Amino acid sequence: MSQSVHSSGEHQPDENRRDFLTLATTAVGVVGAGCALLPFVDSMNPSKDVLALASVEVNLSNIPVGQAVKVMWRGKPVFIRHRTEREINEANEVALNELVDPQSDDARVEKKEWLIVVGVCTHLGCIPMGTATGEARGDYDGWYCPCHGSHYDTSGRIRRGPAPKNLEVPTYTFLTDTSVRIG
Amino acid sequence: MSAPQWNNKVVKWVDDRLPVISMLHHSAYEYPTPKNLSYMWNFGSLAGFVLVTMILSGIFLVMNYTPHTSMAFESVERIMRDVNYGWLIRYIHMNGASMFFIVVFLHMFRGLYYGSYKAPREMLWWIGILILLAMMATAFMGYVLPWGQMSFWGATVITNLFSAFPIIGDPLVTWLWGGFSVDNPTLNRFFSLHYLMPFIILGLVVLHVWALHSVRSNNPTGVEIKTPQDSIPFHPYYTIKDLFGMGVFLIFFCGFVFFAPDYLGHPDNYIPANPLVTPPHIVPEWYFLPFYAILRSIDFTIFGIPAKLLGVLAMFASIVILFVIPWLDTSKVRSSKFRPVYKWFFWLFVVDTFILGYCGAKAPDDYFMGVPGLKVIVMGQLSTLYYFAHFLVVMPLVGKMERPKPLPASISESVLKEGANA
Repeated sequence: MSQSVHSSGEHQPDENRRDFLTLATTAVGVVGAGCALLPFVDSMNPSKDVLALASVEVNLSNIPVGQAVKVMWRGKPVFIRHRTEREINEANEVALNELVDPQSDDARVEKKEWLIVVGVCTHLGCIPMGTATGEARGDYDGWYCPCHGSHYDTSGRIRRGPAPKNLEVPTYTFLTDTSVRIG
Repeated sequence: MSAPQWNNKVVKWVDDRLPVISMLHHSAYEYPTPKNLSYMWNFGSLAGFVLVTMILSGIFLVMNYTPHTSMAFESVERIMRDVNYGWLIRYIHMNGASMFFIVVFLHMFRGLYYGSYKAPREMLWWIGILILLAMMATAFMGYVLPWGQMSFWGATVITNLFSAFPIIGDPLVTWLWGGFSVDNPTLNRFFSLHYLMPFIILGLVVLHVWALHSVRSNNPTGVEIKTPQDSIPFHPYYTIKDLFGMGVFLIFFCGFVFFAPDYLGHPDNYIPANPLVTPPHIVPEWYFLPFYAILRSIDFTIFGIPAKLLGVLAMFASIVILFVIPWLDTSKVRSSKFRPVYKWFFWLFVVDTFILGYCGAKAPDDYFMGVPGLKVIVMGQLSTLYYFAHFLVVMPLVGKMERPKPLPASISESVLKEGANA
């Protein structure tokens, strides 16, 4: 008996229910499509074989004091500088408030004679000069980026030019006194 | 404008089932075109021609190209030396990119001068900007493929731009690279996307032409078609005019391909990519120089936003601002022919883009044109300022203040008057 009364009386709630179902179905569809997209987006992130090459061991015994080397790590150069007493003092003498990206030298090295930094300018990714003997080292005795003129000091900190940050310090561990693992 | 009657039975059979022949007939044959179009209206069809040339030459290059860091450079050299006519196909593709930008920049300046972006052509203008953006992405990724020094370092510098964004910057760059530096995964995805993008451009071009044919072409007077006397059918009048222009353009194009194929490129790209040595002077291809100059000219901080991020934002803004000019331009008159004040600002803007291009090519600390005391960076900053001021200040103000010359009553009247004066 109540069939007709029921349907006419609850006409409004019925429509709301339909709207709800449409919205819910659409939402599930959108979330589903998003989930389906995720593997494709993530496939563009570094793959396992790229990640597997993420550490490198370096023998330090053949780097004399005052010299530096470039080693490849994750496709980019890492600068390892065997710093002289003068270079270490220079890095420590700067007042922190003079720095663009304030960081003390102690916070950037594990052993003070070894400075290890990623050799990529923090501006737009060029390789700064100053590692090989005789190259221009900029106004602060560290590195100089020829692309847009950034000067880095003997702690790899940005001192002048467009780069916003200090040269990045990679994670590394000294395995022995003369060997280090980067990454 | 009614559907044409086809006499050929096969044509009629096909067209009754899929009216593709009628559609082509409407859009490439009887399309009513303003009868006063100048040669500045040739560049649209020329751009379409270059797009097809690029797709075809690209398909043949891919038959011999190897997208791997250890072989990409050599496979391109093999195309140049060993593949039959490989040198020709590559030089067509290489110079074709430059030709594409020359033609599209002229097409855009035409649109700016004659107010082709104003109602009802805003969508047409927008799709055009999307085509420009897609072209820029395509050209950038294509330049990386030969894996020379400029390929590698251009890719490094440009992808590093995205690291300027706070928080998401670094993960975003790693994601773009598929590693921790520009390397084989980067080369592979750029190759894949470089092959995809032209077809996206092709789709956008279809929308562009569709939008054009529904609002009709603008013309040098900027006055709409009002009566049938104002228009002529596209064929044969403009097919022949476009073909003639194409002949002249091909002489120019072939001049580069055969006599100066490397003139527009950078010699450093004939050195294989070396991730350990940055070339002393990195410059983008000429068509990116004005935008590069805008990027570099921001070397100061505003409201604590670092210079690097500001520069990137300014560079993107220099194109995004084009989307809103239909509303920034307050003048009721389309064509600069009838705008005695704005006309001069238009030409100032053209000169400004050339100055930006010059600044983009030079080192920031050089002197501008050798003028002592005037650094390139300062000149770049001034011309960046004018670039934005042109859209944000000149367009709204001049549109309100200038008194335009009287417009002709119709296209037809203006043609007859010019004929009488001649």
